[in-house]
Amino acid sequence: MSTRLQKGGRLIDRSTRAEFTFNGRRLIGHAGDTLASALLANDQMLVGRSFKYHRPRGIVAAGPEEPNALVNLGRADRLEPNQRATTTELYAGLEAASQNHWPSLDFDIGVVNNYLARFLPAGFYYKTFIHPRAAWKHLFEPIIRQSAGLGSAPKETDADRYEFVYAFCDVLIIGGGIAGLQAALTAGQAGKRVILLEQTAHWGGRAVVDGDTVENESAEEWVTSAVDALKTMENVTLRNRCMGAGVYDHGYVLANERLADHTPGDGRPKQRVWRIRAGHIISATGAIERPLSFAGNDIPGVMLAASVRDYVVNYAVSPGDRTVVVTNNDDAYLTAITLVEAGLSVPVVLDARAQADGPLPSRARALGIRVETGRGIASVKGGKRVTGVQICLQAGEGAVMEEIACDAVAMSGGWSPVVHLWSHCGGKLIWSETLSAFVPDSARPPLNHDGSAMVSCVGAAAGVYDPADIIAGTDSDGAATAIVPVWMMPQGAPIGLRSKMWLDYQNDVKVSDVQLAAREGYESVEHTKRYTTLGMATDQGKLSNINGLAVLSQALGAEIPQVGTTTFRPPYTPVTIGALAGEARGEIFQPLRRTPMHDWHDQNGAYWEPVGLWRRPYCYPRAGETHDQAVQREVINTREKLGLLDASTLGKIIVKGPDAGRFLDMLYTNMMSNLAVGKCRYGLMCNEQGFLSDDGVVARIDEDTWLCHTTSGGADRIHGWMEDWLQCEWWDWKVYTANVTEQYAQVAVVGPNARKLLEKIGGMDVSKEALPFMQWADGSLGGFPVRVYRISFSGELSYEIAIPASHGAAFWDMLHREGAEFGAMPYGTECLHVLRAEKGFIMIGDETDGTVTPLDLGLGWAVSKKKADFLGKRGMERTYLADPERWKLVGLETLDGSVLSDGAYAVAPGTNENGQRNTEGRVTSTYYSPTLKKGIAMGLIKNGPDRMGEVVELNKVDGGTVKARIVDAVFFDKEGEKGNA
Amino acid sequence: MHNPVSALGGEMFEGFATIREVGPMGMITLRCKMDEKPLATTLKKLGFSLPDQRRISHGKDRSAGWMSPDELLLILPYADVAATMEGLASGLAKTHHLAADVSDARAMFRIEGEKADQVLAKLCPVDLKTLAPAELRRTRAAQVAAAFWAQDGGYTLVSFRSVAGYVMGILRHAAAKGAEI
Repeated sequence: MSTRLQKGGRLIDRSTRAEFTFNGRRLIGHAGDTLASALLANDQMLVGRSFKYHRPRGIVAAGPEEPNALVNLGRADRLEPNQRATTTELYAGLEAASQNHWPSLDFDIGVVNNYLARFLPAGFYYKTFIHPRAAWKHLFEPIIRQSAGLGSAPKETDADRYEFVYAFCDVLIIGGGIAGLQAALTAGQAGKRVILLEQTAHWGGRAVVDGDTVENESAEEWVTSAVDALKTMENVTLRNRCMGAGVYDHGYVLANERLADHTPGDGRPKQRVWRIRAGHIISATGAIERPLSFAGNDIPGVMLAASVRDYVVNYAVSPGDRTVVVTNNDDAYLTAITLVEAGLSVPVVLDARAQADGPLPSRARALGIRVETGRGIASVKGGKRVTGVQICLQAGEGAVMEEIACDAVAMSGGWSPVVHLWSHCGGKLIWSETLSAFVPDSARPPLNHDGSAMVSCVGAAAGVYDPADIIAGTDSDGAATAIVPVWMMPQGAPIGLRSKMWLDYQNDVKVSDVQLAAREGYESVEHTKRYTTLGMATDQGKLSNINGLAVLSQALGAEIPQVGTTTFRPPYTPVTIGALAGEARGEIFQPLRRTPMHDWHDQNGAYWEPVGLWRRPYCYPRAGETHDQAVQREVINTREKLGLLDASTLGKIIVKGPDAGRFLDMLYTNMMSNLAVGKCRYGLMCNEQGFLSDDGVVARIDEDTWLCHTTSGGADRIHGWMEDWLQCEWWDWKVYTANVTEQYAQVAVVGPNARKLLEKIGGMDVSKEALPFMQWADGSLGGFPVRVYRISFSGELSYEIAIPASHGAAFWDMLHREGAEFGAMPYGTECLHVLRAEKGFIMIGDETDGTVTPLDLGLGWAVSKKKADFLGKRGMERTYLADPERWKLVGLETLDGSVLSDGAYAVAPGTNENGQRNTEGRVTSTYYSPTLKKGIAMGLIKNGPDRMGEVVELNKVDGGTVKARIVDAVFFDKEGEKGNA
Repeated sequence: MHNPVSALGGEMFEGFATIREVGPMGMITLRCKMDEKPLATTLKKLGFSLPDQRRISHGKDRSAGWMSPDELLLILPYADVAATMEGLASGLAKTHHLAADVSDARAMFRIEGEKADQVLAKLCPVDLKTLAPAELRRTRAAQVAAAFWAQDGGYTLVSFRSVAGYVMGILRHAAAKGAEI
């Protein structure tokens, strides 16, 4: 059984107890524990179930490579699934629950899959659930999803906050072990701006655990003085609990700092994503130990050898009283020595190699530890925990020579350098025969913009393990750390053993699965990965990838370098979505653009409609009113009395200069240069293709200056469009533009009583004579500085009044106060739409969709025939756009008075070559007109204007068609008398 | 005459740094080629000095910021805008230029305190350690356009008026107590 030792534990504070729960059971750990060490200290060896077969799973590792010990951490608004117990720092009150089990961890019904394992080989789902097709969605997938899946998704809003920080440095070092600290000292002393990141809470990496000697000091002492020295350097930033997640082009690195994971609810941001721009990146990310593939290597109690040392040295936790060590390298002997020196028993070290005579094996033998070379494990005994091992010859086929009782197995298959960060941006790898590992190929690094190496690797990440080499920056021949690869134990294992050798613990991929994939023709490692799901779990194959591709290469009879690796992609370990969203949630999820009258709308019950990033009132429903009723009331009130519209979002762009008139003549389809000062003109803008892009009223301010109104959504786009032409094409024209959209609040005062209100307020002459339709004037109203435009988008008597935004709210208030006696009411965007549709005015985005020309919309009167050129002129002349058969704008009136469906098609006889019903037009705008008390619509109909009075059929959402008559698009006040009043 | 109201009415937040919305502040966008001779003299007459590229120059109660090769941002007391616009119009009468009052199109914030730089470091992709004195930095604050410069021991940040609430929101978030870097 695993337990807490009486002495030791360099990271724990025995004086501080931390109570926590696992599956509801109350357990005790110490400050400084990880959740994994605390679970082991409480003899909780079984921590989860595997994904496919629901096999019992125990803690394998002590770091981020852990595939098994995944828990649901916390609860309710702080629930996080798939948290690794090995990297979760313990805190008092921590709540954890195991995953992927039903009904309980100890008794899991899904384990029946385990006994069916021979019927659930690689690709089982692909092969089995293909037919019948419909069954996948309705039958197979729901059942598989029920039995699969790891943690439970949080259902409540995250209680925590997250943020980004942008950082810059000359040298970014990722990894705070000996190599990283030494790199930081070197760069720091050279005066470089340095950032050093370490993913754990502690500096020093493996060396301090393994008791290495560095520059004649103990690693512990060396690390302490190195960190102290770095802290005194102003040019060095140290961050621990900060994981280098991904390397991107141009020295861009994302790192995730876990600020308050271990202190939930203390008010700090839970995590902070660092967005770092580095001159050079040094990856000092160490190496990860490899498991060995022997039968039963997934039974709880089988652990990585170095991780066993971590638990003993760092946390004073013993994984078992009797631990068998199995290895193909010298390093694992340190585990045997550590265990014996801690007073525990190591019945035997099984070394797959024929000989083991290095310093560590010699020390082990000197301690009286039994060492058997040329031996391996035939099979591990046990179910939910290890009870013993069967020993065999490594060179044989697994005949059992001896059985030894034990309660833990420490395995080591050698080390894989963590080359992830090197590889993210294209750094190439090379296979080291000596180390039996992929190492960074320093001749082919990821490149910076100038062709220099963007990343370099130091220490174990580069396959350099000796502290002396790391400090000296040398690379010995690696003889001391040479590894004879053992990809299968024993090497001649029959299928019965191979189908119990786990490669990927989390996704349940075994040696036999990869071999089956090879037999079925999967030669590419990328295809094999997807077919078998090897390395596709949340650990991304940190333990399984190399072993898996080695098995594949053997099965294919190819060399490992020829088989290659799968692609390393960020993030190095999972980053929660909340951290990646940073501050962008809740109120600040997205910028919300507010007009100066926004608060008034809010207080007066506006029902909002998003318009770009703006919010505009759709309508202002009163108590008991539906939105439809509110819109109808607003329409009738505006037609009969007085409506007030917040039109502040309307785009306003000043265009000025000696060439401004010429410029606008190119931008608009009609003439703007000859517009008289003081007058307004409606204009259309097309793109080069001749398609309608934006519209609005242009006012001539003075000899040199025009003010162009754009649509609300088009302001920034049109301003950019203007600057594009001025900066890139007509750079020698003397024209300046300025987007002053937000400088002005704008109010449309609309309806028969509009003039009465303005006259009552007073300050300037707004009579028909002084300010006729399509003119503007500067002046003041009620003491406010205003510019008044006599323009109308409703067909009513209408003034659009621009006022500096800082007066907008007060001016709007005044209009309501003074307008009450004239029946003033605010109206929203839907009323605006109905009013304009009754008048047959087009709306960009309704009547246009990027494929519609002004001529299609009957706006030929606004397309100059005299101008030599304008944007879109040549586009419109192309045969397809000039085709008289195009769908053209008309009004549509249903014979029964009903409202047509938005986007409905006019159906034509027959079907096309795809068997679809032929069409001859479509509805672009459709509303109930409260003024006319019937449905009205505009639409594009083939040859429409030539077919006045004809009846067409339009389809309905719920099937069937409705008949409508083609009519003039102007439904109301065809003579335009009201607007000119 | 009515009093102008700034976007947030002078909202304030005390975190590990102090955030204040200030204003209304006079601002003029002036587009003109920087080497036009009347520009420097006109600016001087109006109390401004022509800033260097990517810099802001401060006068007594007004500043001139370099926004692009042909755009300046003049910052001045709100009440002085009309007179300054007239001064520009007459001084640059024969020079191709565009002057637009954008006082009400903008919102201005002050970020103050020992750790004010940390607030900006969370929102703007800017290396604050290499920010030159009198550098006007056009950048973004989270998802919106912004410009800022160091001034009086803190920073002054300008955004568009319509997103003032959003900018205040992200500044509050970044400056919240306990979120020091």
